[in-house]
Amino acid sequence: MSDKNDKSLLEKMEESQVWKSIIRSGIPRTRRQRMHAILGSVFLHLHPARLPKHAVKVGYTWCMGGLSFFLFVNLTITGILLMFYYRPTVEYAFTDIIDLSEQVPLGIMRELHRWAAHSMVLIVWLHMVRVFMTGSYKPPREFNWGIGVILMVLTMLLSFTGYLLPWDQLAIWAVTVGSNMARATPFLGNEGPGAALLAIGDINLVHVGSDVRFALLGGRFVGEATLLRFYVLHCIAIPFVAMIFMAVHFWRIRKDGGISGPL
Amino acid sequence: MNITALKSLIDALSAPTISFTILTVIFPFIFPPSDWFEKIHRKSGLWRIWTKLGGVIGMILITAFFVIGYFDPYFNKTLTKADNFPIVLMIYSMWFYIWLGMFKAYRNDIRLDQGLKPNEYNDPDDKVLVWPDLVYIEFIALILFQVFLIVWSIIVAAPIEEPANPAATPNPSKAPWYFLGLQEMLVYYDPWIAGVLLPTFIIVGLMAIPYVDINKKGDGYYSFRERRVGMFIFMYGWVVLWLFLIIIGTFFRGPNWNFFGPFEYWDIHKVEALTNVNLSEILWVKWFNQGLPSNILIREGLGFVITGLYLFVLPVVLAKTYLKDMYAAYGPTRFVTIMMLGLVMLALPIKMYLRWVFNLQYIIAIPEWFFNI
Repeated sequence: MSDKNDKSLLEKMEESQVWKSIIRSGIPRTRRQRMHAILGSVFLHLHPARLPKHAVKVGYTWCMGGLSFFLFVNLTITGILLMFYYRPTVEYAFTDIIDLSEQVPLGIMRELHRWAAHSMVLIVWLHMVRVFMTGSYKPPREFNWGIGVILMVLTMLLSFTGYLLPWDQLAIWAVTVGSNMARATPFLGNEGPGAALLAIGDINLVHVGSDVRFALLGGRFVGEATLLRFYVLHCIAIPFVAMIFMAVHFWRIRKDGGISGPL
Repeated sequence: MNITALKSLIDALSAPTISFTILTVIFPFIFPPSDWFEKIHRKSGLWRIWTKLGGVIGMILITAFFVIGYFDPYFNKTLTKADNFPIVLMIYSMWFYIWLGMFKAYRNDIRLDQGLKPNEYNDPDDKVLVWPDLVYIEFIALILFQVFLIVWSIIVAAPIEEPANPAATPNPSKAPWYFLGLQEMLVYYDPWIAGVLLPTFIIVGLMAIPYVDINKKGDGYYSFRERRVGMFIFMYGWVVLWLFLIIIGTFFRGPNWNFFGPFEYWDIHKVEALTNVNLSEILWVKWFNQGLPSNILIREGLGFVITGLYLFVLPVVLAKTYLKDMYAAYGPTRFVTIMMLGLVMLALPIKMYLRWVFNLQYIIAIPEWFFNI
């Protein structure tokens, strides 16, 4: 028997040019290869190659930060699939949603998206509770806690803007209740304190057709323009901002001394 | 006690006036912020909440509440709404994880008392490799959560109601569940405070935590006694002023945003007397027995004085007397920031009680300027 035949299929594959070109270090068996598996992968290199023991325990981290990110990716994928079928107009939005569950094969994509969205709000909250209870916001991680608070707010805004898209009674009235508050913004809302001061002579600068609620809704009530506006915010604008903050969040974990732990 | 009596007892207890008061009074004994509270916390056995037995009992009570609710014709309607399921998850997971954190904190407190390092401590040179030790855990967590989501999605259809109709306002109209705490605050404050100012303060306040907390202990491990005041304040804000208000908003608010016990029928014709009065009306009409002055600033003078005293004089007085040591330790900037954030946070329960006890509508009422506090 020659040497060649002793090797398993896996070992042969590992030596092929294709494999070597993609995964340089081979199947991670040795310590060196395992570290390289982390350092050499654009996705895994978010992690350090080695960690203190407490940091890999689910009992310490509750896995909540990782799950938040997982849900963001999950929601992006299911969201993209939903966008194939959904048109953000008053005429089609509702019927497209009905079609999604009744006509489209494997029609649980909307369910997956909605339940993952609710879960994400909860899991981001739990992540915050964990970070607070372990005192992980303390110096030198103060700044990253602030980034985290912004990400939490963005998560809730993402969920809120998505709430309107099915264009049913639940959607428009929940968004009406929510956006009515903007009317009362000090100085910027037409029913907010101080708005009357922003006037030139008799002409009010802040009125029902120019205040912050008008800017949010693209009109005086939740209508066609609101739907398009919320759709763009939900699918493009807020995810874009959230991704930038996430990049900073992950980067700063590493730069601020890695995961927190007792000294 | 039979089940009907139990249900009416829970209905009566869940009225915000009662349930919020019970929670607020009992809270410092559950998360004791000082030695005095700690002593009663130990003596009364409340510390057992953070033992394994306490955790299990908590789970059983929550489950019992939901089981009784599921078989109740009225509570069943709110409980089984597809979009309310996240609240059920929220109640379970918040209880479990806060319990877990406190359980670990108490174990660490004992270790720290004995001069040992916290449980999380390992030799810094003894590290593990991320491949495979972390990557596999993440992979398993991800798979399990995806399975959970798929099962949930197959069992529960996403809600879809009638097509949008701007002419038909549902009663009650509710915001998404995570904003129901804010909607509940609308009962006590006008939208410019409940919907704009308070959310801003919540966000700024959360971001300020690492800068105003000068306690260096308890970094990187679960602990309670080393940072009990901070834990108490955070937990009160989080559990009582946020999560509990969400629960009230979801389960206990029916048509016209009236209160209904969980096992009560949502009667759309329930009549609530609107007897709320403004401070200026109490002052001028009731006490001075005359009409309201036409000058707005004189009319609302007392309200301005009280608000000014509360927000601007009280911190100065505290800094010179009761909180002298704290002022010295924290310095003027941190002290003022903590006071402002703390007083605004406290303003919510204060206004709730002013409403419940004195039927007070506004402390300062200037509808002409949309300036009501």
